[in-house]
Amino acid sequence: MTDLRGLLILAIPVAVILAFWLLARWERRHSRDSQAPSFVGTNGWPVAVFLVAAVGFWALVMVVLPQLYMVDFSFHPKLPPSQRGGPRDVYTLENYQYFLFGSTRSTANWNVTHITAFWLTIVVSMGITVLNFLICYPLAYFMAQVGSGSQVRKLMLLLIIPYWVNELLRAFAFNILFGTSGVLNVILVKAGVIGSPIDFIGQDVALYSGLTYAYLLVMMFPLYNALESLDHNQIEAARDLGAPWWHIHLNVVMPYAKPGIASGCTLVFMLCAGALAAPLVLGGPKTLWFTPIVYDRFYQAFNWNQGSAYAIVLLLTCILFVMMVMRVFRVSLSEMTR
Amino acid sequence: MSARTVQRLMMGFYFVLFFGFLFGPLVVMAVTAVNTSQYPQVLPFEGFTLDWFTVLLDDRNLVEGIRNSVLIGIFVVLLSVPLGLAGAMVMTQVYARARSLYYLVVVSPVLTPGVIIGISTVIFWRDVADRIGSESVYNGLFLATLGQSTFISAYCMLIFLSRLQRFDQSQREAALDLGATHTQVFFHILLPFLKPAIFSAAVIAFLSSFENYNTTTFAILADKTLTTVLAGRVRQGTTPAISALAVLIIVITLAGAVLYEVLRRIEQRREESRARAAAVAERAEITGEMTPAAA
Repeated sequence: MTDLRGLLILAIPVAVILAFWLLARWERRHSRDSQAPSFVGTNGWPVAVFLVAAVGFWALVMVVLPQLYMVDFSFHPKLPPSQRGGPRDVYTLENYQYFLFGSTRSTANWNVTHITAFWLTIVVSMGITVLNFLICYPLAYFMAQVGSGSQVRKLMLLLIIPYWVNELLRAFAFNILFGTSGVLNVILVKAGVIGSPIDFIGQDVALYSGLTYAYLLVMMFPLYNALESLDHNQIEAARDLGAPWWHIHLNVVMPYAKPGIASGCTLVFMLCAGALAAPLVLGGPKTLWFTPIVYDRFYQAFNWNQGSAYAIVLLLTCILFVMMVMRVFRVSLSEMTR
Repeated sequence: MSARTVQRLMMGFYFVLFFGFLFGPLVVMAVTAVNTSQYPQVLPFEGFTLDWFTVLLDDRNLVEGIRNSVLIGIFVVLLSVPLGLAGAMVMTQVYARARSLYYLVVVSPVLTPGVIIGISTVIFWRDVADRIGSESVYNGLFLATLGQSTFISAYCMLIFLSRLQRFDQSQREAALDLGATHTQVFFHILLPFLKPAIFSAAVIAFLSSFENYNTTTFAILADKTLTTVLAGRVRQGTTPAISALAVLIIVITLAGAVLYEVLRRIEQRREESRARAAAVAERAEITGEMTPAAA
């Protein structure tokens, strides 16, 4: 590999620490309160060193550098270890070209399978996000504004219990429900509703309901937190002024709960679009979902560079979605992750 | 029927549907775990058995996976809690201009799909291993710990941030006036104040690590954890033994989650009573000061 990476490892941490130090000095010089204690001054030497080392390691070595590496990696061809850094290790777009055209040489045909899977994943994830919001909103509203203290505590307990059930196990539960000789088919056939079992898994019914199920509570908790702090008098006032119930929700409650809605939607979309367990367990032979394709680039095709390119396509999509949500709901990142 | 009754009926119907959807699949799975039938099914219920649970004990991969999951969970707690704490403390101190950039960097792992964190961790550390010429860092347990901690530290940081916002700075100043060093303030004032948050963060970190699949499946390399073994089993085919395993895992996780809730509430109540006692004492002090002045 080119030595750009080695340089990155060393240069970036140094540059960032320098930048923050300079910024801190500059801000101190320009702030009115120039007597304010410095970073080391407020924490003492041992703690200050711990803070800088810990945050530096986390933000740089764990978050930023691996992502940059992945980007760099995705622009290199797949090579055996002996040839890495050799003359054939050049920057190339072939991994992205493969995603679009299904070949690293020709651009004649579109890579229909992967592109369809990509769009389907995005559209279905958005649909599931909206569906989850619609399912969760009444209960979140009830808990936050209507229910009594003891009712809310009981409901909360009922919600927290299934929250920690593993994603794989949820998918497995749906597999039992929807399989060809699964519980639902057995019951329907016995009851005479259908003559022969329905292939729920092949039709992706199982996958979509499994995904809806898996991230239901991820929507619930941010929504509840946002609605909880709404002053009930506002709702009373709107009602006294003669607003119909759906006006109250649309114009009073939902605008107030915007940060919660935004954060719930972002998380559900991200988890859906990046879901691996549910598609692996509930996907039929013809199921199209993007994450398993990324997985197969690594463990079936053994082409890590191509896998990285696919992962970056997924990452960019998620970033775009977050930005879109922030724009539509007019909320900042810190409001959303509160 | 009045409009109010209709509304109540609709709400009741919705509640039944919601919780039916939430618990139905889990109940079905639990029933299949104790049915003698070879294929996981509820009807016909052929007979009650616990054999599917004993099948699990003979599974060596599973036992190894559980051992690794627990180990990784402990490592993740040991790494994420200090990182999250440091992250939160820096957040409260960093200058306004740098804060939003810093926030973006440390919160982004929460909004990044888990598979991507796993992939980038593996790629980065494989190259580091190549560079330093030692395979010791290219190790499944090590990488899984690092990969998971990338976003679990952010969870911990958010927990610490909400606690730190309620920290009364005058406590620090009082301690400093009384001659404490900054390090002493950290260990004797701040850490005890953060104790409930440390506890919460540790539990959340362990649970998140234990049930993580997306990041782990990439970062674990050739090793196995409970979730990767489970994924293999589930993909191979459905047998009631997996239902049994699911029931076991759910029971253990739930026991943990419920215990955590109970402990948290006890701590909350204790804190409330302490705050009340402090308020009473303060009032007594004020009136106590007033009386001699009045006399």
